[in-house]
Amino acid sequence: MNRTGAHLKWRIAKSNIAKTVIIILAFACVIPLLAIFFYIIKEGVTKINWHFIVSLPKPVGEEGGGIANALLGSLLIVLCASVIAIPIGILCGIYLSENKTTRLAYYSRLAVDILQGVPSIVVGIIIYFWIVKETQTFSAISGSAALALMMLPIIVRSTEETLKLLPDSLKEAALALGLPYHRVILKVLLPCGISGVLSGVILSVARIAGETAPLLFTAFGNPYLNANIFKPMQSLPLLIFNYATSPYDEWHDLAWGASLILLTWVLLLNIITKITTRKWRVQL
Amino acid sequence: MESTIVSSTNFNAWFGDNHVVKNVNISIPKNNVVAVMGPSGCGKTTFLRCINRMHELIPNAKAEGKMMLDDENIYDMHPIFVRLKIGMVFQRPNPFPNLSIYDNVIAGYKLNGMKLPKAEKDAIVEKSLSRAALWNEVKDNLHKKGTFLSGGQQQRLCIARAIAMEPEVLLFDEPTSALDPISTSSIEELFHELKKNYTLIIVTHNMQQAARVSDKTAFFYLGELVEYDGTKQMFTNPTDKRTQNYITGRFS
Amino acid sequence: MQQANYPQTFIAGKALNKSKSLKKSVAVRKSFSQIKFEKIFKSTLVLIALSVVIIVLAIFLTLVVQSLPSIKALGWKFLGGKTWDPVSNVFGAYPFLIGTLITSFLALIISVPFSFAIAIFLGEYYPKGWLSELLKNVIELIAAIPSVIYGFWGVFVLVPIVRDLETKLGILPYGIGIFTASLILAVMIVPYAASLGREVVRMVPSALKEGAYSLGATRFEVIKNVVIPYAKSGLFAGILLSLGRALGETMAVTMVIGNSPIIPTSIFSPGHTMASVIANEFTEAADSIYLSSLIEMGLLLFVVTVIINVIGKRIIKRFTNE
Repeated sequence: MNRTGAHLKWRIAKSNIAKTVIIILAFACVIPLLAIFFYIIKEGVTKINWHFIVSLPKPVGEEGGGIANALLGSLLIVLCASVIAIPIGILCGIYLSENKTTRLAYYSRLAVDILQGVPSIVVGIIIYFWIVKETQTFSAISGSAALALMMLPIIVRSTEETLKLLPDSLKEAALALGLPYHRVILKVLLPCGISGVLSGVILSVARIAGETAPLLFTAFGNPYLNANIFKPMQSLPLLIFNYATSPYDEWHDLAWGASLILLTWVLLLNIITKITTRKWRVQL
Repeated sequence: MESTIVSSTNFNAWFGDNHVVKNVNISIPKNNVVAVMGPSGCGKTTFLRCINRMHELIPNAKAEGKMMLDDENIYDMHPIFVRLKIGMVFQRPNPFPNLSIYDNVIAGYKLNGMKLPKAEKDAIVEKSLSRAALWNEVKDNLHKKGTFLSGGQQQRLCIARAIAMEPEVLLFDEPTSALDPISTSSIEELFHELKKNYTLIIVTHNMQQAARVSDKTAFFYLGELVEYDGTKQMFTNPTDKRTQNYITGRFS
Repeated sequence: MQQANYPQTFIAGKALNKSKSLKKSVAVRKSFSQIKFEKIFKSTLVLIALSVVIIVLAIFLTLVVQSLPSIKALGWKFLGGKTWDPVSNVFGAYPFLIGTLITSFLALIISVPFSFAIAIFLGEYYPKGWLSELLKNVIELIAAIPSVIYGFWGVFVLVPIVRDLETKLGILPYGIGIFTASLILAVMIVPYAASLGREVVRMVPSALKEGAYSLGATRFEVIKNVVIPYAKSGLFAGILLSLGRALGETMAVTMVIGNSPIIPTSIFSPGHTMASVIANEFTEAADSIYLSSLIEMGLLLFVVTVIINVIGKRIIKRFTNE
């Protein structure tokens, strides 16, 4: 009797210990997160001022300088990537949600899955051969193409999932009114699913805003302010990479400031995604 | 003699290999309420959906035979035009959740990209909602979304939406089966008013409803049109044994 | 509107055209152009779905074609070649294979306990509530931080710490190296196995758990003997997804691994991974065999990560359909 009692006590103790260990391990991941945030804020906040945002990087040795070229570059590159990826991604998502069983749908879904797993450096290589080599120049637009390839799977997925959740009765009501197919999709189904589609879009932007590897051999970087998308362009992650790995302290400073801006930007996008999902949701 | 507006001759429909509508010959007179009744799976809903060519939207669905609207075969017309003339109201009310009541009523025009002057739109909305007996209840809330309406009101909104397209025929697929009794009776009163301007074909699994609202009744059984007669005649003195079994099976 | 010519009238239905309603005839005319556009729209959808397939095939083809020079010149020896010396035209991928495998698997080993702890915490102990939301957001943030920032932070914060550690251990205090890279990778890949793990743990039917509880099992025993075995395949898929992520990670790794093409002698030595050597040397590779060898490693990376990801996703699909 005693033995069973003691054994039971041990089992219960074991269960409590396990719970404690699991909780500790689970929340341990907060440590690196806080460490990163803390450090970036600490180092970056002193470097950011108006001057920082609007001026260009100074040559080595000179004090000061800013990251205007990288800010503009990131904006343009991400914008172009979105313009390419959003229509293609949404249309593909529409096809997949409307045709669940065709062979093309099967292979297309497989292709999207594969695309999602391609390492970012490989995407950079591909676009290098497809665009940079053909046009004989590094360019922002090639960087956008690479980023667009990475945005596609996220947009396709979220569009497909959102549309699949819509009830059939919606489509029937629209068709019974004499609406042609494209208007049923574009004017009824898509607007009703706008929150899901939009959050997928914003999520994909958040995903690629901080990507460096695809831009290494496509957009390549540019120490000067450039708004021509057919020429090499600087972007925030590229700048951080180049300057962080350089031996110059002044450039490290620039990289800290840039990191804080990039981090804030990515965070904001993630928060906006959450708000969008809630605010734009159509009560079905 | 009443003129026929919808008629079918040797009409058949399939789901893949499943022959669900068998050789139906029927003639629907103008400005009548025709009830289509029968047990589950008898093909009545499938037949209804063939009239506005919704049946063929299902993969592997097939239909053959003549289906005439006035003097034209609807299968020679493009389906969109058929649906502009023949409206449909579904079992579950399905107003567009992202549009206001106002926009729901003129959805058939708006979503089709047709720009009408505001005065005209207002007139259509008021006329349709009045004919659907919903105008007084929503006239102060036209620009709110329709989700706050009750089930019965939502269904009347769907009726208004269908009416706004000025169809000649209105198809109803078990329109009150998802509604409570009070909403049901308000919609049944509506049928009486609607038939002045439209022809109504109503599929119902509720025999008493068929008896209450319709001028003529069609009884479907296992895909066939077994009997089609004036409602009073059908319910007091059915000719076919199967009709009699169906009717008496439900009473007491 | 009497302008309608006969074929159009036939399609629209004479009754429709005779309609006195102005609105209706506007609708008719509009509908004609709509019908043509319907076909264009449907074809566009098909075209786009097809082009996604073509793009993926083209990616694979490009990689193969660009790798051909080195495949032809070096053959299988490439993978076993222990020396990488572009100056003397010697290309052996073995150091990078080792570097990739060691960093990825070390990262996996380090991160899995944490990922699983999170999965069990969120899936079993606290599926709802503010604590759960907090942890979920933490995980999402970890996944959202760009890898170049991980690398940057790694260089200035983690590397000195590792350097101190190495000094204490009496090893050459590089600071950078395989170990540091694995640490950073471990942090970065925690969210993948964690969020997938949480999903599958949540899906364990409560009927099964209740059966065990009613037999007198403790919480931990239920987790160990019912939840984990049931969610086994899903948890494995989560590990695969984390692994796939680790294999392809470039920036954070290249900033802290030391970029040395010599086969690492211990986990504290500097090294290289396939992804980091491509990032480092791609723009310098002028010679065709040099470039082609880099591409060949890219091809290898592509094939391996794709296979891992697709298998992982298949497992998940099967798990969620059961």
